[in-house]
Amino acid sequence: MAFFKWFSEKKKDYPDFWLDYLDEFKDKVNADISNTRFIAFDTETTGFDYTEDRVLSIGAVSFINKKIDVNQSLELYIKQDVFKAESVKIHGILKNSKVDKLTELEAIKAFLAYIKSDILIAHHADFDRNMINKILERHGLGQLKNKFIDTGALYNKSVHVIYRDEQKPYSLDELAKELNVPLVDRHTATGDALITALVFLKTLARLDKRKHLNWGYLMPK
Amino acid sequence: MKNSIAERVLDFLIKYPPFNLLSTNDLFEISKEVSIIYMEKGDTLFERGDAAKSDFYMVRNGGVKLLHTMGDNTQEIINISDAGDVFGIRPLIAKENYKLTATANEESIVYAIPISVFTAVTKDNASINKFLITAFATNAYDPYTAEEAGKIFVDYLPNSSQDIVNFQTANYTKNPITCAVDSTLKDAAIKMRDHKIGCIIVVNNVNNPVGIITNSDIKNKIATGLFPIDTPVNNIMTSPVITCKKGLTVADGQLQMIKHHIGHLCVTKDGTVNSKLVGVLTHHDVLVTLGNSPTVILKEITRANRTKKLRSARLKANSLLKSYLEQNIPVGHIVKVIAQINDAVTVRAIEIALKKMPKNPPVKFCWIGLGSQGRKEQMLFTDQDNAIIFEDVPEDQYEETQTYFLELAKLVTKSLNKIGFEYCEAHMMASNPKWCISLAQWKQQFDDWISKPDEKAILLSSIFFDFSPIYGEESLSEALSDSIYKTLEKSSLFFKFLARDAIKNPSPLGFFKQFAVEKSREQKDLFNIKNRCIMPLVDAARLLTLKNNTRGINNTSERFEQLAISDPNNKELYHSCSYAFKALSKFKTKQGILHNDSGKFIDIESLTKEEQLKLRRCLKPVHEIQEVLKIRFDLKNFI
Repeated sequence: MAFFKWFSEKKKDYPDFWLDYLDEFKDKVNADISNTRFIAFDTETTGFDYTEDRVLSIGAVSFINKKIDVNQSLELYIKQDVFKAESVKIHGILKNSKVDKLTELEAIKAFLAYIKSDILIAHHADFDRNMINKILERHGLGQLKNKFIDTGALYNKSVHVIYRDEQKPYSLDELAKELNVPLVDRHTATGDALITALVFLKTLARLDKRKHLNWGYLMPK
Repeated sequence: MKNSIAERVLDFLIKYPPFNLLSTNDLFEISKEVSIIYMEKGDTLFERGDAAKSDFYMVRNGGVKLLHTMGDNTQEIINISDAGDVFGIRPLIAKENYKLTATANEESIVYAIPISVFTAVTKDNASINKFLITAFATNAYDPYTAEEAGKIFVDYLPNSSQDIVNFQTANYTKNPITCAVDSTLKDAAIKMRDHKIGCIIVVNNVNNPVGIITNSDIKNKIATGLFPIDTPVNNIMTSPVITCKKGLTVADGQLQMIKHHIGHLCVTKDGTVNSKLVGVLTHHDVLVTLGNSPTVILKEITRANRTKKLRSARLKANSLLKSYLEQNIPVGHIVKVIAQINDAVTVRAIEIALKKMPKNPPVKFCWIGLGSQGRKEQMLFTDQDNAIIFEDVPEDQYEETQTYFLELAKLVTKSLNKIGFEYCEAHMMASNPKWCISLAQWKQQFDDWISKPDEKAILLSSIFFDFSPIYGEESLSEALSDSIYKTLEKSSLFFKFLARDAIKNPSPLGFFKQFAVEKSREQKDLFNIKNRCIMPLVDAARLLTLKNNTRGINNTSERFEQLAISDPNNKELYHSCSYAFKALSKFKTKQGILHNDSGKFIDIESLTKEEQLKLRRCLKPVHEIQEVLKIRFDLKNFI
């Protein structure tokens, strides 16, 4: 019984925004891809170590049926004590830059409110998922419950069977070049999120041409 | 809050009218509210008769075609909007339903700009209003290219395409080549040779046109000995010249030429001989605009210096195709014309790409067409299938050489895609490192396919065995053919595999003489004319031709005609196959035009009884040739 007690107590302690987030998952999954809301997102971090490094910025765009509304995009900058000078040359976020920065808790709150229970798309999604989960962990919350699609893996499915190489990792730059997506604002979180969204849509179009498109096909097992 | 995407949208918008007329602050307000729409080729944004939307649009990448629906429900392209062009602005001006249909001509990204935000910001801006009204009235969206595009009136809805063209502004040659009135004829002729032109305008010291010299003047007055070669140009020029103003319509230009029995009009600043020369309108320019003859289209293709121009020339070929079919011109002839046009487009695209490359090709190469382009039987736009053979190079230079040709191929396939030939789904393109290799590597590749036939090899063979040279060093492609036939002599297993592949789609008539329709979900109850009728004939023709060692004929119906000569026992069957192939291609093309797709799937129910019978008659030879293959290649136990 101790376990149950621990469980219910813990649940009581959760802040409202986390409970609201969990509530979103009570509704049934929308079966029609054409009116499902997708969210493409990206994080800029101080490095690649899940425990040591921190998220400096989260960028996301959302879209329904091939239409991305600019005023529905998300762009968060986060105050962090961890700062690594060597990563600045990649993401360009200075420690004391003038952008409005949020605390990590404020940022994750805004992020959860934005993503709701919708489907998340990211390039090399495992990394971004882990970084977000680490934030949640630091604030005593559970893990992300959203479904994830990795654009790299999805792209691999669209490659003709003659050339397919399941092992090959594709960089976002490679995909953007291959699919003719304009590379602007590379290495800002929102810019990469937009590129990821377009890469996703273009890959989907390739798959759809061969009428493979259904949820089972889209979702990793 | 910072909005990086809106900033990037702004960076793009600010380069093009009408947005370049706005202040950055105002434009940022608009940019924040923009939606980014992704369109697959063929996706439609709005259709004729749709209620006005709350946005208007600007192309960010790709191209969107605006279609006018004609009385008989066929569609005609009025214009293609490219990156930076605005379209769908009717709701901005009038609260009416759309009159045109907007469909992606290629994969595109479009910005949707909310009208409410736009008008709130721009309501007092007179120059913006003026731009929009002009754009709306003339479809000359972009003041920078308005002249060049020779755009058409979107709002004036013509009864026939000829109407539109006649009132189009004539597309004349700007900055014509001139010579001074005191130069010698020899100098003028050298200039004409250097610029590859047939006429030169003689101008005075303030650049007013005073006369014109054409090829026939040189022939009639110099070559006959009437004047020496160093005579001043004013001795032999035709003077005065006939002049006109800018903005002359095609119909007017043609009238002037007929009236004065001339082939060239000088366009001057104020339209008189006493003002500066700004251009020349030639009879050829007029023909190009009116043009629906293969020669005019071919000429336009060879003169095109940009992909956009190639695209408009190739689009004309589509209306040519349509009128040919309506006039019942023999399919054999139509196919030849279209094949020639397609080859010319590819050649020109390669030439343009070569100019863009930083240096000349390191070694000789040959661009080959595969599949239907190799067989010269494309009619509608199809996927690209192409490859490059380059000369053998020492091993240490191989990678560098291949990299060069891959770069070249990327440019070419990109521009072919823009023109309307979609990328090959299976990447059978010269831009793929697998299909851009040296002659020795190609020989090895074909040897592998032939000596170790498996599913994959056979799948690829059916595309690669029908190659034909399009551009460059033809001896490379011949050398490859030689090698292939040599290897084929040694292999009989390969033929068996090919034969099995050729009969894999069984005769399309079912037990009760019903059409065997597709069972899969998407194309349920549709009849796949390509897989079930056309491909079996193509495969059979290829196989028998390879087996007979007949070279140099790629076209399926011609292959059957040739087989009828070399194998007279089955003469009648071959003739009927040849006929059936042509009839089926025509059928497919007509369906394709009707439904604006490849014409591959046919809804049998929608055909008239007569059409059904016609189609059915073509199926008999398909069945019979498959039976012949079964016996000849002894497939009974092989399947």
